[in-house]
Amino acid sequence: MSAAMTTETRATETPGSQTLTLSKAINSGLRRALEDDPKVVLLGEDIGTLGGVFRVTDGLQRDFGDRRVMDTPLAESGIIGTAVGLAMRGYRPVCEIQFDGFIYPGFNQIVAQVAKLHYRTQGAVKMPITIRVPFGGGIGAVEHHSESPEAYFAHTAGLRVVSCSNPQDAHTMIRQAIACDDPVLFFEPKRRYWTKGEVSTELGPDTLPMEKARVVRQGTDVTLVCYGPLVITAMDAALAAEAEGVSIEVIDLRSLSPIDFETVEASVRKTGRLVITHEAAQFGGIGAEIAASITERCFEYLQAAPARVTGFDVPYPAAKLEEHFLPNLDRLLDAVDRVMLKRNSLTGWGE
Amino acid sequence: MLRTTASEEHLETELLGLDFVQLLTPDGTRVTNPRFDPLVADIGPDELKALYEEMIVVRRIDTEATALQRQGQLGLWPPLLGQEAAQIGSARALRRDDFVFTSYRENAVAYCRGASLTQLMPVWRGTALSGWNPYDIGMATPAVIIGAQTLHATGYALGCAMDGVDSVAVAYFGDGATSQGDVNEAMVFAASFDAPVIFFCQNNQWAISEPVGLQAQRPIAERAPGFGIPSMRVDGNDVLAVMAATRVALERARSGGGPTFIEAVTYRMGPHTTSDDPSRYVDPEVQAEWAGKDPIARVEALLGSLGAMTDDFRAAVQEKADAAAAELRAGCLGLPEPEPLTVFDNVYATPNSGVERQRSQYAAYLATFGVAE
Repeated sequence: MSAAMTTETRATETPGSQTLTLSKAINSGLRRALEDDPKVVLLGEDIGTLGGVFRVTDGLQRDFGDRRVMDTPLAESGIIGTAVGLAMRGYRPVCEIQFDGFIYPGFNQIVAQVAKLHYRTQGAVKMPITIRVPFGGGIGAVEHHSESPEAYFAHTAGLRVVSCSNPQDAHTMIRQAIACDDPVLFFEPKRRYWTKGEVSTELGPDTLPMEKARVVRQGTDVTLVCYGPLVITAMDAALAAEAEGVSIEVIDLRSLSPIDFETVEASVRKTGRLVITHEAAQFGGIGAEIAASITERCFEYLQAAPARVTGFDVPYPAAKLEEHFLPNLDRLLDAVDRVMLKRNSLTGWGE
Repeated sequence: MLRTTASEEHLETELLGLDFVQLLTPDGTRVTNPRFDPLVADIGPDELKALYEEMIVVRRIDTEATALQRQGQLGLWPPLLGQEAAQIGSARALRRDDFVFTSYRENAVAYCRGASLTQLMPVWRGTALSGWNPYDIGMATPAVIIGAQTLHATGYALGCAMDGVDSVAVAYFGDGATSQGDVNEAMVFAASFDAPVIFFCQNNQWAISEPVGLQAQRPIAERAPGFGIPSMRVDGNDVLAVMAATRVALERARSGGGPTFIEAVTYRMGPHTTSDDPSRYVDPEVQAEWAGKDPIARVEALLGSLGAMTDDFRAAVQEKADAAAAELRAGCLGLPEPEPLTVFDNVYATPNSGVERQRSQYAAYLATFGVAE
């Protein structure tokens, strides 16, 4: 098989390399950021004594004190708005929004203040704020605990939006996000918090920049673009397709704003086929932007219309229905068939 | 250090009291007040003359800016007419290292903080989204979203405390803003963390057309103690009372006493903005009543009774005001038009491939018209 895994598995012999869950990898990244820069402060609900509802900040308040790791009152706008003031005072706040669906009370401060202050002040005021958001479904949760609101923020100029898919990226990217002078929405795939992987804490000149996508599997027939929780699903789909003789190139987008179109475009020029997947609803989503942009950039290379495999344009459903809402391996393979112009679920389907 | 239970002790608010603080009556009578008098003991006739002059100047600026809008030179202007004492009395109590977060009507505050007259103009002429570098004058650029800045002030104050300095953050907002979640969240955060912040509410009785009675059923100052924040209610048209109250709050904040709330009771004598028509909702009798409480007239009366209101002084103040108006007008008309491609500047602090691509493509588009970059 030519489709070799190119997940850039880190050399396990690297000093500081260890096996961590994605959750612990973020924890170690936060710890490192707190150690490296006294201006880094963490704010959020239950992030102190409890260590966060997902334990991502476990032990950090104990080791850095309650002024650097602050349990805040239960108000998301308050968390973000306070972070704005701290940033103006020279701090680098890292805010935790406890669950994706809880971010909306803070939406105004994010899109009207955090995103715009640098522009409004003609560059005088920087907003090096990181907003961590556990996101996505697949954990059988109640309402407001499984959402994927990333497109709202990717649509907003002034914000950077990223999502990690594996422990190494989780560690590296949270440190890159905190070090970035721009505000970063950092989407953490909550159903992958317990995924384990080798994590090196060494960042160097060779470390992939935060805004770059990564080709996690090379292929020749179809480009499959994904991010966050669906990267593992996409890799599984690629493996299954390989058994059917279809070679899939999987791209972990990592950055949702800006999007590394160069990497996606280079892949599509090679494969001629594009499938995009995300848990978020389809309408006006990241997939729509990629399909449109890639079509604009290299229409003449496309051998089939781009296909999207996404959550439906419905509110996030009850837990017992989420298996129907969430993209999965079979729906990805169905879309692969579509772009391969093979028989698929829509063959013969009409309005 | 966080409290694990809510305090049942009586608030210090009882020390500050919710009695209406007034040191100078509308007819210019200086009222003695044992608690607040010492805080303005340094304001002698000369200092009073300086405050008077500043109020005249900012009123003249306000008039000129309104005229500029009527002449089509500004897109919009939010007059502060009637609120001169509230803004100058508070802003003149501050130190350079304090930091101010305001809404959009605080042009007298900006003047006191050191914004040039020209710097007041870009936002309203539409040549830029802000007129000054916040770090140059210790004042954030105005927040248009109502109440948002109160959280910024709270966060900044928290940073001051963490830095171990005694600088204070001041949030200016109006009566309408007190209905906003952000203002209430700011008070919760400030109280929980003892942030050295002053919540300075100019209750000018109106949120565009909505009277304060739609926002609050009790005096606004009464709200703060419920958050654990001591509160004062002062005559916002009395520059001395405002200054005294601000100094009380500053002293509390600098000495680790945490946040204080000040309700400066004043009146918006003009429209909400130049786009507004208050004749649709303002009762002329009420307006006339407030005209009798003018913040400048009472200082003039006091200066007169002190024998300080000489013809020479009056002429000098007028001259200064007219010069300010001329400077404002010249500064406004002289503002450069922004270059087209600057629309892409400063969206991000770090290079961004998406914005750069659009800039490059738009430059190519403009080039087809022969427009230079």
